[in-house]
Amino acid sequence: MTWALDHIGDIMSRAGQHAWLAGLPLVLGLVIALPLGWLAARRPRMRAVLLTTTGLLYTIPSLALFILLPPLLGTKILDPVNVIVAMTVYTVALLTRTVADGLLSVDGSTQQAAIAMGYGSFARFRAVDLPLAVPVIAAGLRVAAVSNVSIVSVASLIGISQLGYFLTDGYARSFPTEVWVGIVACLLLALVFDLVIQVVSRVLTPWTRTVAA
Amino acid sequence: MIRFEGVTKRYADTSGTDRGDGSVAVDDLTLEAPTGKITVLVGPSGCGKTTTLRMVNRMITPTSGTISIDGRDTASLDVAELRRGIGYVIQHAGLFPHRTVLDNVTTVPRLLGTDKRTARSRAMELIERVGLDPAMARRYPAQLSGGQQQRVGVARALAADPPVMLMDEPFSAVDPVVREQLQNEFLRLQSDLGKTILFVTHDIDEAVKLGDQVAVLRVGGVLAQLDSPAKLLADPVDDFVAGFVGRDRGYRALSFAAAPELSLTDEPTVALGASADDVRAIGTPWVLCVGDAGEPLGWVRAAAVESEVTRTVLHRGGTVASTTGSLRALLDAALSSPSGRGVVADDDGRLVGTVRAAEVIAAIEARRDAVASSTPAEEATAR
Ligand SMILES: Nc1ncnc2c1ncn2[C@@H]1O[C@H](COP(=O)(O)OP(=O)(O)OP(=O)(O)O)[C@@H](O)[C@H]1O
Ligand SMILES: [Mg+2]
Repeated sequence: MTWALDHIGDIMSRAGQHAWLAGLPLVLGLVIALPLGWLAARRPRMRAVLLTTTGLLYTIPSLALFILLPPLLGTKILDPVNVIVAMTVYTVALLTRTVADGLLSVDGSTQQAAIAMGYGSFARFRAVDLPLAVPVIAAGLRVAAVSNVSIVSVASLIGISQLGYFLTDGYARSFPTEVWVGIVACLLLALVFDLVIQVVSRVLTPWTRTVAA
Repeated sequence: MIRFEGVTKRYADTSGTDRGDGSVAVDDLTLEAPTGKITVLVGPSGCGKTTTLRMVNRMITPTSGTISIDGRDTASLDVAELRRGIGYVIQHAGLFPHRTVLDNVTTVPRLLGTDKRTARSRAMELIERVGLDPAMARRYPAQLSGGQQQRVGVARALAADPPVMLMDEPFSAVDPVVREQLQNEFLRLQSDLGKTILFVTHDIDEAVKLGDQVAVLRVGGVLAQLDSPAKLLADPVDDFVAGFVGRDRGYRALSFAAAPELSLTDEPTVALGASADDVRAIGTPWVLCVGDAGEPLGWVRAAAVESEVTRTVLHRGGTVASTTGSLRALLDAALSSPSGRGVVADDDGRLVGTVRAAEVIAAIEARRDAVASSTPAEEATAR
């Protein structure tokens, strides 16, 4: 405990880095997954191709991706951009299916009504399908957020500053306290992400709370 | 006016491989839905009613044939514009669950560029007009009953004041009492608005009640008969239509025959509070009780009155026919009356007299003879 208090400045700054490395890809990944998921939902053939491809991306080991990306992107191995890109890939892998599922979950007669009222396909996506898919997409985002927080800690193996440092450093020094601090900090961070996503989702979906009443 | 000319819809075979011509949902349909009138499409499930409706606003493209609205071929119009100009009430309401009632109703006006304030104030008017409490405007669809949702669906379709309305089983998802209420309100609304309406139902009673003309479709999307409700009931063209129209069509057809001027019998009456002696003095087993304004209240069985006539001894089984009503109402009044004398009232609800079933039947037969001698050609083709 005293160790944690003594190093609070370091912990907070690494937590900030960690949040950045896990959070920014969440946003970027969502932005990319939205059009992909939309395509997958509209075209059954595309769906098979897109969901298989993005699903496979998730199976690439993170360490391999961190090492493979620099030559591909022309970045240095220590550049945090590598981590951001890698985490974005994982987020896209998880969210494309979620977005497609969310859009497909919209009731058929609701969609037919939107078409009959003269919505164009983009307007319909923005005004009807997407808002109704928010609960499903938010559920997928929560999974992706936890997954990102845990995968990012691996990046300490290639020397990128974040909470994973306490795990590797504590292990190297045989100092369990430091490892525990790393674990708890990761957990708390994941909880914060989860909370933020839930709050945003609730704000965006006022209608879902009326049903039980 | 909506005009279908030789319209056919063939769905591609979903099995894909075999070279059959797919299933025909609508077969060479030629039909006119006149301006300001309700045209009902009726037929068994799967006979192509929804397909027919959706070809009008091009949610489904016909395989062949043309559909025009007021002489303009719909295929030549901009599709979004076409749809915004046609009110569509979807099967099972199809409201947007994420929008309040008010925002559901303002959808099309907003798409057309009406500013929010104007759209909302007009929507509030419509919400009241379809019989909803204005307080419901802020609710979400999930907070409404099925009947209320159907009303919102109608209000939403009316919001941009389109001249043409497509209605796909708008009243099917509610109980018979609410359905009848919705139907009556709909007819009242239509008598004010005079829209050109294509209305789909699988319920022949609804078709006959609402339609200015009724198109009966058979499975395979073939138009079996297009006629006024009275003609349809009196003169089904074949066994399919006859079977579909139902067994008691002879009786139901009387709905469309105005009550003739019968010589009604004066009925001796008593008031509430009349003594048992007063009642028995009339000398018939059943005596009619009327209220202060002369309105019939119910029949009293003379033997059952102990001291005086009270509301609790009134028999309420009998229906009351109106002098301006239909033959069906007249016959029903006679059949339902415990005394065998049907009660007839004027438009203000005041007792005019009574009539016996035999007299109504005689009137029905006289009417038939009159029709037969005036249009012999029509009678002959019907046989
Ligand atoms: N997208 C489609 N692909 C293939 N066949 C279809 C499609 N939509 C409808 N059909 C077929 O076309 C026929 C007519 O369907 P439609 O929905 O118009 O019937 P309906 O009269 O509205 O029936 P209901 O009263 O059950 O609503 C049916 O046999 C149906 O199976
Ligand atoms: Mg249908």
